[in-house]
Amino acid sequence: MTHPTQFRYTKEHEWVDLEGNHAKVGITEHAQGELGDIVFVELPTVGTAVKKGENLATVESIKAVGDVYAPMSGTVVEVNTQLESSPETINQDPHGAGWLVTLEVSDLSEADSFLDAPSYEQYLAEG
Amino acid sequence: MNTIFDHKLAKGVGGLLPALDVPEQGIEKLIPSSLRRTHAPRIPNLSEPELVRHYTQLSKVNYGIDDGFYPLGSCTMKYNPKINEDLARLPGFANAHPLADEDLIQGSLKLLYEASRYLCGIAGLAEVTLQPAAGAHGELCGMFLVKRYFEERGEEKRKRILLPDSAHGTNPSSATTAGFSATEIPSGKDGMINLATLEEALDDTVAAIMLTVPNTLGIFEERVLEVTEMVHAAGGLCYFDGANLNAFLGRARPGDMGADIFHFNLHKTLSTPHGGGGPGSGPVAVAQSLVDFLPVPRIVKDENRYRLDWNSPHSIGCIHSFYGNFGVILKAYAYLLLLGDTGLREVSENAVLNANYLQESLKQTYPLPYERLCKHEFVLSGKGLGEGISALDIAKRLIDYGFHPPTIYFPLIVPEALMIEPTECEGKETLDSFIEAMERIAVEAKENPRLLHEAPQYAPVRRLDQTRAARQPILTYPFDER
Ligand SMILES: Cc1ncc(COP(=O)(O)O)c(C=O)c1O
Repeated sequence: MTHPTQFRYTKEHEWVDLEGNHAKVGITEHAQGELGDIVFVELPTVGTAVKKGENLATVESIKAVGDVYAPMSGTVVEVNTQLESSPETINQDPHGAGWLVTLEVSDLSEADSFLDAPSYEQYLAEG
Repeated sequence: MNTIFDHKLAKGVGGLLPALDVPEQGIEKLIPSSLRRTHAPRIPNLSEPELVRHYTQLSKVNYGIDDGFYPLGSCTMKYNPKINEDLARLPGFANAHPLADEDLIQGSLKLLYEASRYLCGIAGLAEVTLQPAAGAHGELCGMFLVKRYFEERGEEKRKRILLPDSAHGTNPSSATTAGFSATEIPSGKDGMINLATLEEALDDTVAAIMLTVPNTLGIFEERVLEVTEMVHAAGGLCYFDGANLNAFLGRARPGDMGADIFHFNLHKTLSTPHGGGGPGSGPVAVAQSLVDFLPVPRIVKDENRYRLDWNSPHSIGCIHSFYGNFGVILKAYAYLLLLGDTGLREVSENAVLNANYLQESLKQTYPLPYERLCKHEFVLSGKGLGEGISALDIAKRLIDYGFHPPTIYFPLIVPEALMIEPTECEGKETLDSFIEAMERIAVEAKENPRLLHEAPQYAPVRRLDQTRAARQPILTYPFDER
């Protein structure tokens, strides 16, 4: 399985690593593969409040510009500033060093609709 | 490839000045030392033949519509009649000064006025501004009109613009740049707007919908009347992106479909060089309800005299210096007169015929995810053609066959998209040789994928490192290191 089992996934191809009320968010291996070489990442500032489904970050590759939507509502508590100078980290390690932001989430029940790794991969297989 | 500054001979002498025929004054006397330059200007000193050769060499490694087929989707790379250039060079036009007294430029003003009337007729709308400098600028102007319209009605809460996911990429950016927030609405499986999805998105915070007509899949929105009716019923406006007008020029009018605002891409539909080859023009036509907000100045005709009218208290203001890109409007006007009513209708007829001929032939070999009669263009997928083969590989291989590649990776709703727009200008032989090349590439993709991965082999440059160009762009010339 290329998508780690300890994460949860959205159909918008984000992974969420939930620990208490902190959710670390990134884009999946599948998403980085589809986007191709990533050349620019725009991240929110720490302290920004976002609602589930709102634009959280923008990832630009040689092919396309992709919006990353907030998988849960909350406040941005940490962003991966390394991506500003090395956007390729997302291609190299999307589930690790290529994480995007950490949210302090307000409603844990929003996680109920997430997919686990096998369901996400099945979703991908169904195309 | 060398720039002119890299030229080995650039140390020579570029030109000779005539002998001085007045007594020489020392430069010290003429220009104060604080204003005098301390370094020689960076002018490449080539002789005339060296200069000519440099640019002739460059022109030989270029590829344009005058070289061959250029099916770059969404760009309408049609032939630009040379008579347009002749007319633009008429001294009365070429030497007109934008600050000249109105009495001295009546001819130019008349041309602008008449071009406006023709464009209103094509759009089926009340008025037009010719000022915007390109399509995206027209969209921005249109979004400002929407904003002003709701400000004057005290409906500032209308902050959202609805955008189908098949809209052109400039649409959401224009909406956002004008201060709106963009709400994407997913297309149905038929590549068109799903009315139930639209209904759900509509409320009293929606300012307008921005429809690309036909959309970026080359599909005409068959339920366009229902869409505009629903948006109007919810109190919103309908913006039509008309950059794809080549699909229905002279056959249908956006005003009749419920458009309140419509922009033209003159450089595409009405044949002026574009894509690095020249400036654009993106006139915006509007319905009567929006006329008062149009940019100033507006061109008016009193009896037999034309003038620029600055008196328009509700106007959004000025959006371009002087009156837009005059030369482009002039060439578009020439094209309108050249073709006339019937000719313009034949443009869209043949553009659509050519696109459908290619689509029907190529769908045997390449997946066509949204299959229906197309308008001026269509979108194939390069996915699954062969192990590790991408749309980029196919595009690069086409260069080896002597064709300009189609647009790739756009629209985003088709994986490995190949967006093909033949225009009306091509004959059957050209289309057939393109089909043959595409079919051969599909076979190569399976039997000899290296040919695709390593393409282009026969172009002046091989595969460029586009990732590095995007990650580490070098936008200045490093003079000091030379
Ligand atoms: C559908 C559509 N809308 C808008 C634009 C933007 O026009 P421009 O490049 O002149 O700004 C284009 C460009 O070709 C287009 O195809």
